[in-house]
Order: sequence, then structure tokens, then C-alpha cells
Amino acid sequence: MSTETTANESFSDSPVLDPAATTLSQESISQEIADIHAAYRQSVVEGKKAETQPRIDFAPYRSSLLRHPTKNLRHVDPETIELHSPAFGQRDVHALESDLTIQHNGEPIGERIVVAGRVLDGDGRPVAGQLVEIWQANAAGRYIHKRDQHPAPIDPNFTGVGRAITGPNGEYSFTTIKPAPYPWKNHHNAWRPAHIHFSLFGTDFTQRMITQMYFPGDPLFSLDPIYQAITDKEARDRLVASYDHSLTTHEWATGYNWDIVLTGANRTWMEDEEGDH
Amino acid sequence: MAQAPELKLAPTPGQTIGPFYGYALPYEKGNELASQAHPRSVRLHGMVYDGNGEAIPDALLEIWQADENGNVVSRDGSLVRDGYTFTGWGRVAVDNVGHYTFTTVNPGATEEGKAPFIMLAVFARGLLNRLFTRIYLPEDTEALARDPLLSSLGEAERATLIAAREDDGSLRFDIRLQGENETVFLSYPRES
Repeated sequence: MSTETTANESFSDSPVLDPAATTLSQESISQEIADIHAAYRQSVVEGKKAETQPRIDFAPYRSSLLRHPTKNLRHVDPETIELHSPAFGQRDVHALESDLTIQHNGEPIGERIVVAGRVLDGDGRPVAGQLVEIWQANAAGRYIHKRDQHPAPIDPNFTGVGRAITGPNGEYSFTTIKPAPYPWKNHHNAWRPAHIHFSLFGTDFTQRMITQMYFPGDPLFSLDPIYQAITDKEARDRLVASYDHSLTTHEWATGYNWDIVLTGANRTWMEDEEGDH
Repeated sequence: MAQAPELKLAPTPGQTIGPFYGYALPYEKGNELASQAHPRSVRLHGMVYDGNGEAIPDALLEIWQADENGNVVSRDGSLVRDGYTFTGWGRVAVDNVGHYTFTTVNPGATEEGKAPFIMLAVFARGLLNRLFTRIYLPEDTEALARDPLLSSLGEAERATLIAAREDDGSLRFDIRLQGENETVFLSYPRES
């Protein structure tokens, strides 16, 4: 959580992206996305099951070209270690780490928000006492990171990093600043929708996930190849928080609700099955 | 094995970790599941490569494993290592040349006769969702021969999941996201 990790981040010699890719227009990227989505919708019409996860092979996101496996994932029945998850607790995370606005001497600039919700598993059971980590750009769309060269101001009062341990009902709550969109080099004039990165654990390590939470009504959604790598509209919508006035506090912060559903745990049903024999 | 029950709720989609996790996820001694001073500590190390065989300099790896006796532990303290408590979980960002190192112990078999392995999760910019695989220890060849996953694979694929034991006792395990000798990555029941 400290800012002492700088020494590990001297990435200056590594190309962030293929420079040739940055000459592509938004129109050509958008057309690639539209073609993939049309083919997906047709496959659903023909009876294929709706997709719930992003494609890992999604060419409009150029960085994925050489970084996705080309073979199908091998389906495997989980064994003991895969039916459990690491444990985290108050020893690991201080309660104040969920407030990203109090980590420095002054108030960060921007729109103060609360993002709160629950972590559930695919059976709707709360994931209690588990680690949630977030990171994000500041109110100008700038990350604290050497590789972020976006010429927007760094906020000396905002690192953009938080942690929490979920409560007994899987609940979490972060106080932070609303992040801004920022440009990136996937193609010419490429901008990411504003988002907060979330890192999550379940009760099985197979439920481990990292994702991004978005804000409702972002005009950049349709243009973004990372968000649109999720081909299914309903699945994409699951990454968008809801404005929630009951989370908004008088003269202090606006509130957003976002519940996260992990994949299904396997321990319970596999143990039940063993018990049947 | 019986059919896994249907999910009641649709799972939230994953997204790429992106390039800017540096202040958020790596932490001091994240890769030290065991102290280097532990008499049976083992270095687990290797490279992460892309489809051109180029090293990936911005991947993040996590491992999850049983202890030396094959027990799955449930102990907090992974984020504030005290040098004594084995929590079974670790995290490391690869270095500028795509190399990673964990210090850990050899996991024991979780059940008699099972091949011991370490679970691995891979995250990277450009990788739209996390990948899982297994790092098998090379020694118990009989258990490896009986292993249901390994037995289902061809020789080349099987080899991508078994770590090499180096002369100094280190485990070497390279990860290839794509291309020649692409690592076998796994899916589990109840993902959708």
C-alpha cells in the first residue's frame, strides 16, 4: 500500500504497445467490434449459450493478439487445493484502507464518491471476510505510475489504491474520488471509459477474478475494445454500477452500488456428492 | 463425477488487469511464502512469454498451495508477512525482463498417492481474463502417471505443466501464453 514500490516499476524500456497499431482509426476498430458482436448475436439466435465472460481472443484490443492462448482451456475437475482459497483478515488490511481520500495530508481533488455493494458467489451466497482490492486513475484521468505518460496532473493527495475485507454479508464500501476517462494507445484517439479496477477472491481459488467497474451512462462504452470484449450486452451491463441515492450522504459524497458475482464454488456440491457414496 | 449444479446468478465478467496495478497489488515479501532462511525453502522461478516468444514484462502471478505435509492452510497474514506463518498464497509482478521468483516450500500431496501441484493464476495487460494452471512437482513419477489431468494430455502439453528441478533444488516453470509449447490453461466447473 505504500508508495515505495517505485523501484520495481522502471518499465521505461518496454514498449507499451505496437506503435503501428496507433495509426488505426476508431471507425475501423469499431467496425471490427461490430462484426464480432453481430456474429455472436447470430450464434445466440442459433441456440448457442449466452457468454458471460470477455473473449480472451479479441483482436480489436490489440494487446491481446499475442497474449491469449490459442488452444481451448482444458476442463478439469478441481482437486483439494483448488477447492479452497487463501484467508485474509483484519491483520492484513487496516479499516482505514477503504477510504482513498485520507491517505495523504490534504483532500484529493474531484468528486467524492462512495462505491458500495456485496460480493456473492454464483449461488447467491455472500463471500464474507474476503479481500477486495481496488485501484484507479484520479479525477484528471492520471494513474500514479511511471508508465502513465498522459499529460494530466498528478494529485499529490491521491494514490488511487484501496483495500477492504468484506463483512459477514459480503458487503464492502470504499470512499474515493470519481476517476476520469484517459487516453491510451490501442488506436488513434482511443479513450478508456472511467473505471475502477477490482480484485476479488472467493471461497475457492478458482473464483479468483480481476475486473473493472464502470459508471452509468459513460459515452465511451461503445468505443472501448476492452469493455466490448464482452460480447453479450447483459454481461457488459453487469460491470456498470448504479447510482444509488441511499448511498449518497448529505453534503458529503454521492453513492454508487455495485454487487459482484463470482463463479460458482465447487467444494460444497463435490463434498455433498462424496457424502452420497 | 456428477453434473455440477447450475449457477443461480450470472457471474460478473472479468477484465484485464491493465498496466497500472503497480501501487495496488504487489507488496513487500508478496513472493515469500517461506523465508529464504527456512531450511527447506525452495525457489520457484521462470519466465512469462507471449506468442512471439518475447518476455512479458508486466504480468502478475499468484500461487496457492498446500504446505509441506499436504495440508491446506487457512491463515491470514499473507499481506503482512511475519517470516514464520505459512499462508500458502503469494503474489509477484514479473520483473523488467519477464522473470518471476517465489520463495516457498514443496507442497505435499493433499491425498495419499496424489501428485502434488501448486495452483497458478496469471494476469497481464492484454490478457482479458485471468488464466489458471497447475505447476506439478516432477519427483513422484508414479503419481504423475496416474494424474487424471496429465493423463489426458499429449506428451508436449503434459510437459508444460511439470516444473523442472534444477541442481540447486529450485523449481523452474516457464509460462507461454501462446504459440509453440503453449502452456495448458484450465477451466473449472461452474464458471458460467
